[in-house]
Formats: sequence, structure tokens, C-alpha cells
Amino acid sequence: MALVSVKNLSRVFDVSKPWLNRVLEREPKAFLTAVSEVDFEVEPQTTYALVGESGSGKSTIGRMLVGLLKPSGGNVDIDGVDLANETDAAKIDAIRSDIQMIFQDPYASLNPRWRVRDIIAEPVAARGGKTDGLAEKLLEQVGLSVKDAGKFPHEFSGGQRQRICIARALASEPRLIVCDEPTSALDVSVQSQVLNLMSDLKDNFGLTYVLITHDLTVVQHMADRIGVLYLGRLVEEGAPEDLFDAPKHPYTQMLLDAAPRMDGFGREATPPEGEIPDPINPPSGCAFHPRCPLAAEVCHKERPVMRRLGNTRVACHMAEE
Amino acid sequence: MAAPVLSIRNLTVEIPTRHGILKPVDGVSYDIVGGEILGIVGESGAGKSMAGNAVIGLLSPPAHIAKGEIWLNGARVDQLKGEAMRRIRGKEIGMVFQDPLTSLNPLLRIGDQLVETMLTHLPISHAEAEKRAIAALEEVGIPGAAKRVNSYPHEFSGGMRQRVVIALALCAEPSLIIADEPTTALDVSVQAQIMALLKRLCRDRGTAVMLITHDMGVIAEAADRVAVMYAGRLAELGPVREVITAPRHPYTHGLMASTPLASKGQKRLHQIPGAMPRLDAVPDGCAFNPRCPYVQDKCRHAPGPTAEGNAAACWFPLVQEELS
Repeated sequence: MALVSVKNLSRVFDVSKPWLNRVLEREPKAFLTAVSEVDFEVEPQTTYALVGESGSGKSTIGRMLVGLLKPSGGNVDIDGVDLANETDAAKIDAIRSDIQMIFQDPYASLNPRWRVRDIIAEPVAARGGKTDGLAEKLLEQVGLSVKDAGKFPHEFSGGQRQRICIARALASEPRLIVCDEPTSALDVSVQSQVLNLMSDLKDNFGLTYVLITHDLTVVQHMADRIGVLYLGRLVEEGAPEDLFDAPKHPYTQMLLDAAPRMDGFGREATPPEGEIPDPINPPSGCAFHPRCPLAAEVCHKERPVMRRLGNTRVACHMAEE
Repeated sequence: MAAPVLSIRNLTVEIPTRHGILKPVDGVSYDIVGGEILGIVGESGAGKSMAGNAVIGLLSPPAHIAKGEIWLNGARVDQLKGEAMRRIRGKEIGMVFQDPLTSLNPLLRIGDQLVETMLTHLPISHAEAEKRAIAALEEVGIPGAAKRVNSYPHEFSGGMRQRVVIALALCAEPSLIIADEPTTALDVSVQAQIMALLKRLCRDRGTAVMLITHDMGVIAEAADRVAVMYAGRLAELGPVREVITAPRHPYTHGLMASTPLASKGQKRLHQIPGAMPRLDAVPDGCAFNPRCPYVQDKCRHAPGPTAEGNAAACWFPLVQEELS
């Protein structure tokens, strides 16, 4: 059974001007649909990657998975428990310690006034668990030294801080870790160290990752299954080999073509046209149609539904086997 | 080969601190000829931006050029001060920074910013400058340029703002553009647009480009030659294809191998042990020696040979056959 099951998930933010301005300027309320009717499932002990450009809703989905945001529509089931609608407190409590999150900026996500020992033990201490020697054990597991437990976050480099964040996420022995751009702030050589550590920990502890990133190379290396997002909608989902070798959605194709390549010496590809449209007034029908080379009449009018094509799922009227 | 537009010789930037003198740039030499894109890569703290700032005279004190020479179109510019440097900045050297919002004045219409730059550096009338401003915006692909000159920076998206910054950098027809992480803040599809634009404009005008970035993919696609920096020193300099496919410095090799792209199909990524040394603790000898898998006794005492022309700053450069 899937560990995470996301059904018809939507999130709308109210981005209206203040009440008085709206009255004076006679403007209606404005709503931004950050996530719109997204469906996917994550199998236990796999890595599910959400990729997309800025404004595609990938971080909003991540925040809804861990319960930092409530969905506006649809639901998120983690091991059969819907955090937003469950009423049994014991069930909620049990499932919460199974979910942890790693954030992008290791400088902002560690309290500068706390010692590393307290930071790492906090997820356990907050629930009244035993924390003796816990931080030291975890520090060794993420490749830092036991002596580091007494230090403060400013004494570490970016890569080391991200290791501390990972140690903290492991403290409550979670099953699911949502990683929001875990290596975007790191240099290439440090990124490879952190990604290797994440793979090792996944194997050792049987973890499940939801990896949120814009970096296609990281996704290709880490993911077992990939969901591509555009303007809050899931446009294509598949295994890396299918998605990278034979992308079916024109947006996925565009994204792969635009990504710089190490062997692309002097490549003169025509760059994609246009930019991501305004999410407050998304285009009608398929959100990608104004930029799509295949756009037809139906794409302007009807929003494509996710359908299965071979081993991938794709939301496009035009996609074929 | 044509005479270089920019020629840097043995450039050393020093920052005096209470704990001694730090050298964020240490004995770096390279040339850029017209129409060429020289990529400068390295990890954070390697000194790539510092070298760019030294060229344009934007080092913030107490950082200063301690040694070496910078030649621009045959004239020495590293000792120019104040007004003389200001004349060169913008006129001879255009600059594109990472964040397009902070490099534009939020209170001025973008047309006025272009006109101001041109009037400062070019002997043309105000009306002529306005006409050229519209042409410049059209050239960088801003739709409806004639109307958009009257817009403020906040009315543009990130990609469009970066186009405006490029128009601004090119409007006084400089012979050198320093692009410091020009696409790092942008999405991948917009990045492709901006890089294609930068490449086309500079090739058409014969402008030399110093492209500073940490993204190997961008370098591979855009640069003609590449300089790899490590701990303030040049580790390797050479044609981009050679440096990426057959690196001779062990650091370059490790860096290339650790990108996820290079490890396609492998379970684990290549790792370089450790991290780049802090500037107050650069080891003796070759700066890379504590992390180098091929380290020998000589590396621990003698600083690596300087990388000039097509060379690696390494006593024992890798031979291509050794690489898998």
C-alpha cells in the first residue's frame, strides 16, 4: 500500500488587497491557485520527486504533506490517516512523528542560539522521549563528529549544517522525509556528499523521500518516480528512465531541452518561448497552451485530465504513445 | 590571435584582518579576446567574483589589489582612481549581476536609466539616446519596447528584468562584459533564453565576456575557454571541451565527476573528501593537497606551478588515459 496518497489536492491563497482598497478601487477579491487538483501516490521506501519551475506549487504541496498548510480541497493520506480531517488525536499524534522535513536554507532552519545537541534532540524532547546520547549517535550517522554536539550552528559550513538538519529529521525515527530543495544552496562537491548521505540513510533506515527540487540532474540521480508540475498542476508522472528518455508532455520536453548539458559544447538550441503565466489569471483549458508548440483548438477550451500512456501518466490532449 | 581586450597578470587581492592577510585572489593570470566568452568556475569562496570586482574597480575596502596588473584594451587600469575609473566603468566594461532587481534603480523608469547611462558615456543628444534606448530594449527581446521604456523595474518579471540589465550593460557599447552569475536566480527555461541572448549579442558585437558561474552546464554550452578557480588560485585554464572532458587538475576532475550528470547510471555520486579551505587556513604547497587523491611529497611544500595559457596548476597533472 502506498505510504502517501494525495487525491485531488488543491490550495488557493487569498491575495486580495486590503478591504478598504478593494472598496475604493472597486476591485474584486483575488485568488491565487497554487496547487490545483493534484493526484499522486508514493510507495514506501522510494523517492518521489516533484519538479517544476518557480511558482509551480511544488513547495506548497510539500508543506501540505507535512501538515504546515491545510489543503483547500482534496486530501493527503499518510499511511491511511488524513491529517487535516482526522479527529482521533491519538492517530494524529502517532502519524506526526513519522513525518519530518528538511528545508532549503541550512542557515535559516537552525536556531543560532541553540547548541547542536539540543537542536537534534528537539523532535524527541518535544514529545517527552529519552534523549541521552541521541544527538551524538545521530551526528556520527550523518558523518559529523561526536564533539560537534556542543557547538553552535555558526561554527559549521553550509554542507555540515545540512547534515545537522538531516540528523534532526532522523531523530524521531520518521518513515517519511519531505526534502524541500535540500542541496540548492550547496556547492557541487558538497551537494554530492549530501546526496550520497541521503541515499545511504534511505537504505539503512528504510526511509521514504518526497524530494522537491528544480534541479533535473539531482532528480535524475535520486528519484524512483518523478512528477512534473506546471502552474500548480501535475502534467506528467513517470519513472526517470521513461521521463528523461521519452518525455510525453510538451512542457517536460521543453524543460529537458532547456536544461544546460555538460556535453552541450556550443549548443545552439532555440530557447523556449515565453514565461510562466500569472497564476492569478491562469490561461483557459490547458495552462501550458500559450507556450505549447502542439496547441490545438481543444487545448484552449478543455483542461486535459491525467491519463495513462505506457508506464507514465500525462495530462495532455496531444500526447501519444 | 587578436590582441586581448582584457589581460590580467599575476593579480593578487588582499584583505588585511586582525588575524593576518587573507588572499581571496592569489596570483591569477588570464586573457580574454574580443568575441570570446571566458567562463570562470569554482565553488563559493573560490574568488571568482572577487576577481571580477577587481577588474571593474568595485572591491570594497579593506580589500585591495596588492600585486599584479590589469590591462584593458592596451591601457593599464588597476591603478586608476575615482573619476578615471568611473569613466571606464559602464563605457568600457559592462556588468550584469546575479539579482536583476537590485541592480536596477526601483525609482527610475527603465528608459531613463538607459538614457542616463548613454548620456554619461556617449556624445549623443537626449533625443538620440531615447531612440537608442527603445532600440536596445527591442534588441534584447522585450515586446512592445516603445511602451515599456516608461515602465518601472517592478513591472517586469525576473527574466525580463535581466534582459533590461543586459540592455543597460550593452548600451554604451563596452568592449568587455562581466556577467556574475547572470542566470542563477532564474528558472531553467528563462536561463536558456538569457544565455542565448547574451551569446548572440556578444558574438555580433565582438564583445569579450567574463562569465562567472558555478553551473558547469552553463559553462559547457556558452564558454569558449574556462578557468577553474580553487581557494583564490587558478587550478586550470583551457578550452572548455578539454577541461570538461579531459581535466588535468585533480580538483577539476573531482568537480566534474561529482555533478549528478556525470554519474549517470551510477548508484553513488563521486565525492571529493573534505571542503575547500577557509582563506585564513590555506595549506602550504598546493592548496588542494589535503583533499587530493594523487598527493605526493612535493605538493605539500611547493605551491603548484601557475596555470597560464593551457595548463593545470598541478605538479603531477593527470594524463587522459588515467581517467575513466
